[in-house]
Amino acid sequence: MNNTMNTANIEEYKGVYVFAQQVDNELSSIAFELLGKAKDLAKDLDAEVTAVLIGSGIKGLVDQLAEYGADKVIVVDDPELKDYRTEPYAHALASVIKEYKPEIMLVGATAIGRDLGPRVSARVATGLTADCTVLEIGDFPLVPKEGEEQLHKQLLMTRPAFGGNTIATIACPYNRPQMATVRAGVMQKIAPIAGAKAEVIEYNPGFTPNNKYVEILDIVKKVTDTVDIMDAKILVSGGRGVGSKENFKILQELADVLGGTVSCSRAVTDSGWMPKELQVGQTGKTVRPNVYFAIGISGAIQHVAGMEESDIIIAINKDESAPIFDVADYGVVGDLNKIVPKLTAELKAALADK
Amino acid sequence: MKVVVCVKQVPDTKGGVKFNPDGTLDRGAMLTIMNPDDKAGLEAALRLKDEFGAEVTVVTMGLPKAEEVLREAMAMGADKGILVTDRVLGGADTWATSTTLAGALRNLDYDLIITGRQAIDGDTAQVGPQISEHLDIPVISYAQNIKIDGDSVIVERQYEDRHHVVKVKMPCLITALSELNEPRYMTPGGIFDAYDADITVWGRADLKDVDDSNLGLKGSPTKIAKASDKVRKGAGEKVSLDPEESVAYLVGKLKEKHVI
Repeated sequence: MNNTMNTANIEEYKGVYVFAQQVDNELSSIAFELLGKAKDLAKDLDAEVTAVLIGSGIKGLVDQLAEYGADKVIVVDDPELKDYRTEPYAHALASVIKEYKPEIMLVGATAIGRDLGPRVSARVATGLTADCTVLEIGDFPLVPKEGEEQLHKQLLMTRPAFGGNTIATIACPYNRPQMATVRAGVMQKIAPIAGAKAEVIEYNPGFTPNNKYVEILDIVKKVTDTVDIMDAKILVSGGRGVGSKENFKILQELADVLGGTVSCSRAVTDSGWMPKELQVGQTGKTVRPNVYFAIGISGAIQHVAGMEESDIIIAINKDESAPIFDVADYGVVGDLNKIVPKLTAELKAALADK
Repeated sequence: MKVVVCVKQVPDTKGGVKFNPDGTLDRGAMLTIMNPDDKAGLEAALRLKDEFGAEVTVVTMGLPKAEEVLREAMAMGADKGILVTDRVLGGADTWATSTTLAGALRNLDYDLIITGRQAIDGDTAQVGPQISEHLDIPVISYAQNIKIDGDSVIVERQYEDRHHVVKVKMPCLITALSELNEPRYMTPGGIFDAYDADITVWGRADLKDVDDSNLGLKGSPTKIAKASDKVRKGAGEKVSLDPEESVAYLVGKLKEKHVI
């Protein structure tokens, strides 16, 4: 296959489209977040918001998408789409793009979207900007340049790179759709509009298994009773400095007193002390709680990228040169084993007095 | 069995990270390394060499200096190294990069192509799946635990809350997670041989079935409108007290901020 970029008839491409991710026929939070952002963008473009819903037996999810802001829902419903597999999903989404020609196509930067997005963008021969944190409509180039036409109403996609140390704003001026994957937990959902209805379009491009259809032999779900750290208001996060899996007990006790949740750095999941879903950072989750305790976390930039938007950051670390102190609002240099249990006890006492 | 591993030379963001006084990154002070996810992909390939005698070829695209990661890969045990380098390839986004690498890979025989999930400089995770699309072969992203079963591979494909055990006939492309394995060290003999070994160097003319309009900066559909080093909010207070005083300090701050 020798794909060449599709530069034809940009004017034909209209509307803001969202890949409405569902897993086990339940819509993922990212689907609603993307709809919220899509509504903003559509307003600036005077366009409609369309959700693309792909799966098997999923028509029941349409009203929920309408309540969260979809004007239209394109439903691709086929038994081949029961569980996520790259090829049939890429075929479904690429076919929708070729048929309906969206101006903007947003996909969640999830384990599904970060596989689906690149495969689809290559198939429809357009650009894709990964892991965006800000999306807005504006001019490209940002300021007029001699000898270059300034294009208006372009999608400007801002993303962190280099573990969060640089910020780049990217446009896709000459190709359509303008595609972005968007980080989970960054965009705001709208308050659902009860009873809202969307125009429903059923579309099926036909699914014929070929060499690219993988066979799913087994699906193994992780059993977990933990709270999603992206929803937590207070996070008590531990790093390598905590020393052992067992010692996370003192962090859990602090979290319990404050009604918070325990999370961790990559070093901790790499050591197998904590499950991956509790990991904060570039390869984990982006969190923005009211209070973030970084305990025994050195503060590698990959970690900081996932937590620096927290309202209050408190760091406890025995190494006074640890980079975590560069982003902490309140830094305490000292032994976490001495400080954390005492802090828990003091807070317990202070809260009991109230 | 033939395995091709795509690797990238990236600035090392671990450990040696230095900031300028204004809070921006001091790039000049950073070293380069083989991208960690790619190294895990290479290790997976070398295990297939250990087990099945697979021939392992390593391909990189970059500046001439990127030859260093090929020599490192060969010192770890890879059989061949191919450097794709040409001025016209510079400034490529993921579309143009994947088009370039696909053009190089079309010259090679392969059963399996392994790339890292993502590079620590760009963090896009796009190039692997895009290569697979250009080559019209299946992709299994976020792979852990790669097994060979006759003419097929069986891989654990990771998601946030589960994994799928998937099987597909080769040829296919797999993107590896650095959690996949612990990469081996270079051996002294390996290092010695690797610095003598021939590296194949390919330029634009060696890329197969690739249109000039899809290469380099000009062939990149995404354009950078603005790039800046992020200015961090900066450090707040830092105290060094005995444990009791530290606790009193923190409780005071939490009260002040109405957390308790």
